[in-house]
Amino acid sequence: MTTTKTPQPQQRRTLDPRKIAIWTAVSVAGAICWGVIALARDEEISAIWLLGAALGTYAIGYRFYAKFIAKRVLGVDNTRATPAERKNNGVDFEPTDRRVLFGHHFAAIAGAGPLVGPVLAAQMGYLPGTIWIIVGVILAGAVQDMVILFFSMRRDGKSLGQMAREEIGPVGGAAALIGVFAIMIILLAVLAMVVVNAMAVSPWATFSIAMTIPIALFMGFYLRVIRPGRVMETTVIGIGLLLLALIAGGWIEGSALGDTFTLSKETLVFCLIVYGFVASVLPIWMLLTPRDYLSTFMKIGTIALLAVGIVIARPMMKNEAVTDFALNGNGPVFAGSLFPFVFITIACGALSGFHALVASGTTPKMIEKESQVRMIGYGGMLAESFVAVSAIIAASIIDPGLYYAMNSPAALLGTSLQSASEAVTALGFSITPDQLAAAAAAVEEQTLVARTGGAPTLAVGMSQIFSAAFGGGMQAFWYHFAIMFEALFILTTVDAGTRVGRFMLQDTLGNVYKPMRNVSWRPGLIFASAIVVGGWGYFLYAGVTDPLGGINQLFPLFGIANQLLAAIALTVATTILIKRGKLKWAWVTGIPLVWDATVTLTASYQKVFSDDPKLGFFAQRTKFSDALDAGQVLPPAKNLDEMGKIVTNTTVDGILAAFFALIVIVVIVDATRICLRALRNPETVTNTEAPYVRSNLVAPAGLIATKEEKSAMAAIGGPENQP
Amino acid sequence: MTVTSTAVRAWRGIRWYLREATGESAYDRYVAKGCTEHPGSVPMDRRTFERHRQDLENQRPQQRCC
Repeated sequence: MTTTKTPQPQQRRTLDPRKIAIWTAVSVAGAICWGVIALARDEEISAIWLLGAALGTYAIGYRFYAKFIAKRVLGVDNTRATPAERKNNGVDFEPTDRRVLFGHHFAAIAGAGPLVGPVLAAQMGYLPGTIWIIVGVILAGAVQDMVILFFSMRRDGKSLGQMAREEIGPVGGAAALIGVFAIMIILLAVLAMVVVNAMAVSPWATFSIAMTIPIALFMGFYLRVIRPGRVMETTVIGIGLLLLALIAGGWIEGSALGDTFTLSKETLVFCLIVYGFVASVLPIWMLLTPRDYLSTFMKIGTIALLAVGIVIARPMMKNEAVTDFALNGNGPVFAGSLFPFVFITIACGALSGFHALVASGTTPKMIEKESQVRMIGYGGMLAESFVAVSAIIAASIIDPGLYYAMNSPAALLGTSLQSASEAVTALGFSITPDQLAAAAAAVEEQTLVARTGGAPTLAVGMSQIFSAAFGGGMQAFWYHFAIMFEALFILTTVDAGTRVGRFMLQDTLGNVYKPMRNVSWRPGLIFASAIVVGGWGYFLYAGVTDPLGGINQLFPLFGIANQLLAAIALTVATTILIKRGKLKWAWVTGIPLVWDATVTLTASYQKVFSDDPKLGFFAQRTKFSDALDAGQVLPPAKNLDEMGKIVTNTTVDGILAAFFALIVIVVIVDATRICLRALRNPETVTNTEAPYVRSNLVAPAGLIATKEEKSAMAAIGGPENQP
Repeated sequence: MTVTSTAVRAWRGIRWYLREATGESAYDRYVAKGCTEHPGSVPMDRRTFERHRQDLENQRPQQRCC
């Protein structure tokens, strides 16, 4: 027996004064930024304060709350082998370096959502959106991502649908499956509509986006036949070609070919539907994989550029902190007041149910150590939230008059610059026809009036930031650069989403008719692709031709669907916590669940039952169908045909909103029943986790390895093959 | 630590990261694994390996979010 204490690397409860000083400084810096934001009244503040408040809060949330959840609530256990280690087959299960996996996970969760939602929500002012993005991610969004990732990892990478079926039962499972499918259809339609609105009457954008298809096909061929596996050189070539296409777009616009690439929205819808179908049927190496490389690099590069641009340019926030629309609910971009619609409009970036699909997909099968769920799940979502904050900044530094001229429905703005200027004045903002013309000329577009969907607004904001930060007066180039970057990864989402939807449908139909399950069986593949493309194609076409404005009508539905999925994910997580005997920690997912369910159900209720024809789908329907019966034409419809369209669209949208709400209620009620049963008879609960196997891997938990982790890795000659 | 050696280290780090993230290093890993686990066996050439990998990926699409 020796009396000397052996050092215990795992237990370090000593308080390091240096660390206390650092975290105190971070807290104070974050608090100062929040203070500046809170105290600014009727004066413009710099966007820097928003970035500072966000980063400070993220740091605190990651350091303290995420660590608490990982250690106390989930009980991550580094002695336990992850599925990647146990089932390593070099294909889908493979231990992957945490930093690499972080990149993969971030690329999979972040898309156009955190860019578009905040732009639309800017009609409430920058403050409500910013607070929701930052607070929401810390307490709800990042928690959901990390918890679902952990639970899926403990269950060999089971999907959200499978976990819902096992934990809640067949009813909850089926509801979750239908929810996932429905949200995908709406999501794809809304995202495709964003692209259509950005490309319509813009030959520059249409040409450069169309060129991404041959570029991707070339890259696919190069990777398959000429230089197999050389991804980096292929991507460098692809990005070079992409920039060339972007510059060429400017020449095309001024040339005789300009008219060829000036397409109407209806034509673009048709092109996108054909494209989506073909892309879903082709092998992925031809189009999807190379496009994915391009879009991931462009995405990460542009987001980093935007953050750097904001820091260098330090733009002032021209938007009001809170607009009148937040309270009266009469905003032109989307109807409804701050509660609940800010929380619906901004989904990705604060809380996004869709992430639960990624967190229960490939990521849990590749994670090396249990403790890494904090960095990948929580940290990945913080990064997406940062993207959303950048987007709300980009939308809020442009002149509010221009913002409303771009984002109000065409029917409100009329057909001339004069009428648009008058409509904006009627909203309580101002922009002259000359200013509108100048703004369009600055980015070399024919017009910026009624360029809804968020992408053009974001592109204008980004082009202002970039040209202020990097000089050179290349605003038109930056505008089209931003448009192309958004379109690029929206199209990737459309490709991948259609494909995932097709696989899901084939798998489900396989229960009825066996051959369907074989994903390579041509008739099944074509049939399922057609259904999925037909689904989003219908909503896309209906939205684009909707006299009331498609974004205005469909975006709330998309938000509701996404938050519905979050409610399902949080319900599954809370149920698992309770069934594992962790009732006292159930609030960690329970509070976000209650909040999310309240928001989603209130929004659905208003969308279904509101008497206000601007807000409620059925009130809208009644108004227009009564008029139609009387043979009248109400604006914004111009003829009886358009009247009929409005009646059909509002009926479909209203039924969908009601249907989504019903699904959430079914899942929550069913889960409550299961939880109560588990609490009454704890002995009936079966453990759904994969059995414990001791881990032989050693890897750091966070981005930077600690001293203890380094010595532990050195002791076993570690897998760490990288400085 | 000179400036050059720091730069070289940073360059190596970035190159390592990109090769891992894009899957470009998958083939090297496969060959190395084959050598230790099945000594004496002949690994697939790169073309066959990458083709095989692409065809597997075709069966399991990666979800891309909003």
